[in-house]
Amino acid sequence: MKLLSTNNISVKYGSNVVLRDVSLDINEGEITTIVGPNGSGKTTLVKTIIGAVTPFTGSISLTENLRIGYIPQRLSIDYTLPMTVQRFLNLSHKISKEDCISVLRTAGVPDLLKTQMSNLSGGQFQRVLLAGALLGSPQILILDEASQGLDQAGSAAFYQQIESVRNEKGCAVLMISHDLHVVMSASDKVICMNGHICCSGKPEAVANMPEYHGLFAAGTEGTLALYRHIHDHDHDHDHDNLRKFKH
Amino acid sequence: MLDDFMVRASIAGVGVALIAAPLGCFVVWRRMAYFGEATAHAAMLGIAIALSLEIPIFAGTLVAALLMALTVTQLSGRSLATDTLLGLTAHGGLALGLVVASFLSGVRIDLMAYLFGDILAVTRVDLLLILLGFLAVILLMYWRWSKMLISTLNEELAYSNGINPIREKFFLTISLAITVAVSIKVVGLLLISALLIIPAAASRTFSRTPEEMVIITAVVGVISAISGLQFSYLFNTPPGPSIVCVSLAIFLILSSIRPLRSN
Repeated sequence: MKLLSTNNISVKYGSNVVLRDVSLDINEGEITTIVGPNGSGKTTLVKTIIGAVTPFTGSISLTENLRIGYIPQRLSIDYTLPMTVQRFLNLSHKISKEDCISVLRTAGVPDLLKTQMSNLSGGQFQRVLLAGALLGSPQILILDEASQGLDQAGSAAFYQQIESVRNEKGCAVLMISHDLHVVMSASDKVICMNGHICCSGKPEAVANMPEYHGLFAAGTEGTLALYRHIHDHDHDHDHDNLRKFKH
Repeated sequence: MLDDFMVRASIAGVGVALIAAPLGCFVVWRRMAYFGEATAHAAMLGIAIALSLEIPIFAGTLVAALLMALTVTQLSGRSLATDTLLGLTAHGGLALGLVVASFLSGVRIDLMAYLFGDILAVTRVDLLLILLGFLAVILLMYWRWSKMLISTLNEELAYSNGINPIREKFFLTISLAITVAVSIKVVGLLLISALLIIPAAASRTFSRTPEEMVIITAVVGVISAISGLQFSYLFNTPPGPSIVCVSLAIFLILSSIRPLRSN
């Protein structure tokens, strides 16, 4: 079932067109990843989908009462604002302590209930945000470079968590990522952007497209090398898709 | 009871401290300290215009503070940085207000009362205005609380929850304008931002949640108002600045008990 689609949306900031004719569909339970260089409009596309930016042409259609769980790019909770993890989870819905603990467990951080948000590590913080996003039982999780600030191992573990949440809850995932190896291993569909959609499809297919190589020619080798390094040292993770991709 | 000027002054001081508590917290969380100050300074223009048009001072300051806040919100992010714009409107408004006031030859106006407050001259009408301001701000805060908090955390997070952060900012701006308008009589427009910031800053290290911080801020504000007035009565010091000095002393004592942690 189709959860949301954008129909030829274009977005301007002032006179500067940052998105041109972007059309995409997100289906139930599907993990879609948007990749692209800096300034290619990835974040703008996500902001448009959640309603923070209005397109000047085109339209967005969501299925009725679509529940969106959103994890922002860089949410730093200022030290000036006191906020325990439990209070944070209660911001938009009133929920019991048990439900807080249970959703934190799903996100992989069950023991942080009373911790101040400003004292969390980067990885813990992203998982608390994930827990917050999961509270409304979202049909789609939207992540805007949610692993920013995490190291390679940390971000790999975080995306693993996302995948296991998807498998457990059956929600669709739309994410922006710079980690090409994560993209290739964990996505059902990859969208390659540079102001417009250059190419899209299954990760294995996109990896062989000339448009993809045009955008990532310089970076790909390094990322794959890094991937092999991670794979050599960590056998707990499921890298089936990546193995396919390597050959 | 209300015949005693000290009783009226105490009630006014406590009322304004309670109004300022939630707003002061938002000013600290959203880093709007200079915004609050600019709103207060621009109120001088409102006072001058109110005096020349012979409309109530309260109405003049409320409108001026609101206009100033909305102007800055609209203009910020264009060609000038927000702090530059705030400096421009704050001091521009203050200067313009003082110039306009000087043309009012017929009326003898006590500038010191507007700049530093005149809490001992609080009338029953002033008390009624403070009460109304209190009710308005508390209702607004109660109604928008979660939405304002989420918008303060992250604007995109707000949008994804179906909240429009621009609208929440507008409600906050209105509350701030009301706070400024009712506080002028108590501490004067030059010290309003101290009344907002210092109690909130003092309570930060002792709070675990935003609500706790508001409550502790209110307690600090009320203690400052009452003891500041007593101090001023005993030592014949100006009451508004005395209230601010007491809250500063509380801030210093509390931060030495538990030193401010770095991030």
